[in-house]
Amino acid sequence: MFVDRLLASALCGFARALTGVRALWLGSEPDARPRVYFANHRSHGDFVLIWASLPPPLRRRTRPVAGADYWLTTPLRRFLINRVFRGVCIDRRPGRNGPNPVEQMGEALSAGESLILFPEGTRNMGDGLLPFKSGLHHLAKAHPEAELIPVWIENLGRVMPKGSLIPVPLLCTLSFGPPLAPIDGESRDAFLARARTALLDLAPPAD
Amino acid sequence: MPSLPAPAPRSLTWPHPPTEPMNASHDLIAVFGGIFGLLAVFSLIGAGLKYRVARGEPHGVIDNLNARIKAWWAMIALIGAAIWIGPWGVIALFAFISFQCLREFISLTHTRLGDHRALLWSFFVFLPAQYWLIATHWYGLFSILIPVYAFLLLPISSSLGADTTRFLERAAKVQWGLMICVYCLSHVPALLTLEIAGYAGRNMLLIVFLILTVQSSDVFQYVWGKLIGKRKVSPAISPSKTVEGLVGGVLTSTAVGAALWWITPFTPLEAGLIALVINVMGFFGGFVLSAIKRDRGVKDWGAMIEGHGGMLDRVDSISFSAPIFFHIVRYGWVA
Repeated sequence: MFVDRLLASALCGFARALTGVRALWLGSEPDARPRVYFANHRSHGDFVLIWASLPPPLRRRTRPVAGADYWLTTPLRRFLINRVFRGVCIDRRPGRNGPNPVEQMGEALSAGESLILFPEGTRNMGDGLLPFKSGLHHLAKAHPEAELIPVWIENLGRVMPKGSLIPVPLLCTLSFGPPLAPIDGESRDAFLARARTALLDLAPPAD
Repeated sequence: MPSLPAPAPRSLTWPHPPTEPMNASHDLIAVFGGIFGLLAVFSLIGAGLKYRVARGEPHGVIDNLNARIKAWWAMIALIGAAIWIGPWGVIALFAFISFQCLREFISLTHTRLGDHRALLWSFFVFLPAQYWLIATHWYGLFSILIPVYAFLLLPISSSLGADTTRFLERAAKVQWGLMICVYCLSHVPALLTLEIAGYAGRNMLLIVFLILTVQSSDVFQYVWGKLIGKRKVSPAISPSKTVEGLVGGVLTSTAVGAALWWITPFTPLEAGLIALVINVMGFFGGFVLSAIKRDRGVKDWGAMIEGHGGMLDRVDSISFSAPIFFHIVRYGWVA
């Protein structure tokens, strides 16, 4: 337990030193209530950076949602995601027959914990945002008590793009937006579009 | 034109022994003593303003002024420590400043996946190499490493990324960042390599002269602008730069430069003229980099130095004046 925490702090410290990360709280503040931080996804380091920007007491109660097909494949990844990051590992394959991902995520929220979710479902190699997967919608419907906070991660995709071994030490900025207004009878697609727009609003203007 | 690379001197010794024969340390102590004295006065004024004008309440301009003065203490102490350590300290300090500036610059400009290798080369090869060439006194390669070799090799690296989207723009931005943040700034520690007759062992004072003159110009432009500034130089580029601030600041710090002639190899008149040139260059350094910031829709390059913004916000004027100052001294005073 002690080693896990030490490793977690060390990784956060390394991420902060490498990226000089700055957290901008634009319309929300750090808070202990159950939340779903949903962010754009460019790099495996994304959730470490969100984690590193949260105050330490909140960090231990905030769990990344991670793809089992990547994180459970080697002993080191398994150790990191289960022990150090305390991730919620979900099976992303369409024909799965294991536990339901939405229920897995919901259990964490019901226990008073928060989640870090990448609704694009995979790392995006282009600009902007991919279409959102429906998980965020199911989660929002099942857990209206949880706040949905959009988080735009700027530059980390350039620090450590997919497939590169050495990071470029660029400065990263995390913009935490205002909580999303709850669903009231809107369709799945309308809700997902609204969430996607809320996240894109936090992105700096394209040049 | 810079000459072709000469064979590097293999030894890493400095031309002058670190113990200065002509009492550069006395002059350094005098100058730094003066600066710390001035900072103490400014800190008192800042505290007085906070107490009398703002009455301890939050006040935008006064709080920013006090944050700036506080940051100056730290910056002057850092420069003083680097000079005290010696040439290696100054080289290390400016290598770090370049590193931080390049981070800020590239972070705000758009590059794409295909540039990743070119960026790795910029940060981890060209930047350290440029400062290593100062330490080895290899002037020939120092003066063309980035304008020639980085200029040709980095686009080759980017082209191997097989992404043609805005290719020229991306290549130009990486090169520009290297020029401003690494090449230009590296001319400050490069002043240590100049061999000036009758000035042996005192080159550190050239660095003090350059930094003090240019930075005091920034400070006096700010002060004159706040006191009597009315007409904006160019509202589209910088909302805070005024004609009154510009003229008052440049003239005041030109006088500062002339008054510092005794730490330089120049006569008072020469010191004043050189100070005028580097102050004007320094002003336009801030001006040009403001234009880039406005285009990117930001006010500062970063948030590293409280009250000042990023590192590049603080050294933009030095970046534009250092190479010019270096060449004036090199062609005018080096035998």
